[in-house]
Amino acid sequence: MNMDYGTYRGVYTLILMVLFLVIVYWAYNKKSKSKFDDIAQSIFEEDEVNKDPNLKEQKNGND
Amino acid sequence: MTTTTIAHPEYNYKVVKQFALTTVFWGLIGMTVGVLIAAQLIWPALNFETPWLTFSRLRPLHTNAVIFAFGTSALFATSYYVVQRTCKVKLISDKVAAFTFWGWQAVIVSAVITLPMGLTTSKEYAELEWPIDILITIVWLAYAYVFIGTVAIRKTSHIYVANWFYAGFIITVAVLHLVNSAAIPVTLFKSYSIYSGAVDAMVQWWYGHNAVGFLLTAGFLGMMYYFVPKQAERPVYSYRLSVVHFWALISLYIWAGPHHLHYTALPDWTQSLGMVMSVILFIPSWGGMINGIMTLSGAWHKLRTDPILRFLIVSLSFYGMSTFEGPMMAIKSVNALSHYTDWTIGHVHSGALGWVAMVSIGALYHVIPRLYGKTEMADIKLINTHFWLHTVGVVLYIVAMWISGVMQGLMWRAVNSDGTLTYSFVQSLEASYPFYFVRFLGGVFVVAGMLVMVYNVVKTVRESKQVSAA
Repeated sequence: MNMDYGTYRGVYTLILMVLFLVIVYWAYNKKSKSKFDDIAQSIFEEDEVNKDPNLKEQKNGND
Repeated sequence: MTTTTIAHPEYNYKVVKQFALTTVFWGLIGMTVGVLIAAQLIWPALNFETPWLTFSRLRPLHTNAVIFAFGTSALFATSYYVVQRTCKVKLISDKVAAFTFWGWQAVIVSAVITLPMGLTTSKEYAELEWPIDILITIVWLAYAYVFIGTVAIRKTSHIYVANWFYAGFIITVAVLHLVNSAAIPVTLFKSYSIYSGAVDAMVQWWYGHNAVGFLLTAGFLGMMYYFVPKQAERPVYSYRLSVVHFWALISLYIWAGPHHLHYTALPDWTQSLGMVMSVILFIPSWGGMINGIMTLSGAWHKLRTDPILRFLIVSLSFYGMSTFEGPMMAIKSVNALSHYTDWTIGHVHSGALGWVAMVSIGALYHVIPRLYGKTEMADIKLINTHFWLHTVGVVLYIVAMWISGVMQGLMWRAVNSDGTLTYSFVQSLEASYPFYFVRFLGGVFVVAGMLVMVYNVVKTVRESKQVSAA
């Protein structure tokens, strides 16, 4: 039952490869597309906060 | 307040400002030291017969200043900025964030003092002695707490891809630093690595190449995935590609270290493994580069008018160039020619000045006005001036080093028909002199660009202070 070092590395490499293929499938399957598109857009849905940074930081105990 | 349903988060911009301004300052210092040592290679008298100012002591000061003072401060600044804005939440702790700033500055100042004194572990890019290594560990764990803690309390359901890259960089650098800096202290300023011989060399370059892969690549890719879309005002070309890019990059980079040790005492199979993994690394690197550049597809005209975008996109071109060059140089037969020559120096600077510095400078020009309640820098034209000074400087630098390096490699391997060497080492050095001058000139251009940046930043900050005082 003892697995020798070479076999262990082989199995380990295989596991990593399968894991990578799962990631590729997850990223590229049709169901994920709209979710990923939303995330890509999310950086534009920011509120401009700290508009007057000098004032607000003092109020915030931040300065 | 009754009209809004979402409470506006108040971000901690103070620590971002601190890191952003010190990035500019340390960039100027680190690059100036680089120009000084480039000049010393042409005019050796410039060490003024002072041990503190010799090339051997200033060279590690230059590399530490540009990588850990300039580059890492840029990563601190942008990661704190990006994580707050993409997670829509304030940093988890202002106090710990402030500690990371002052702690990191203490690390830099310790380096500035100890390296010219000649105190060094002799490990490249890990020269700092053990008391400073302990300080680095504490500050880095605090950084991990602030960044990952902030991601954990995010108000969004997802974690934007830039944060994955930043987190990957922070965690891996912690592991690399802890393993490679393991040492037995002998006195307060002297320690010996716990590894010996070929193992020490392997651990050192596992660290060394992953400092390139995670600090100088993954961290800055995080920067790229936020600032390129923001500045282009378009979402990233393919978010799905960015997901695969992340996992492929972090799982492959970790294996590439042995290419620094071709034809050494390192076991042959380890060298070959390092070579193969380095060549495969080309794929995720170019995947990321294409993803960044293609973000501009359909909006290429913006490059004509926006110098910040120009910095960001040209940085990606240099990234693509050096990640093509790198795998090629990792091939053993190419390495037999390139290793120990100036070609390596040229390669490093195409990555460091072309990719890392340009993406950081572009990001800073985007961030600094926003930190000070403005929409743009005080002088847009000067950003363009900086862009051209920097680009010309980098091109002069790397072309000079390419020619010098290939020439050195050819001269060193040239043999006469009786098997004796055709050229002495000094002959190859003499042949390199003109190129050392061109390199020096390139450096002067880059530093001139940084001076323009300092002026522009000071002007921007001053104007904002006047506005808020009025």
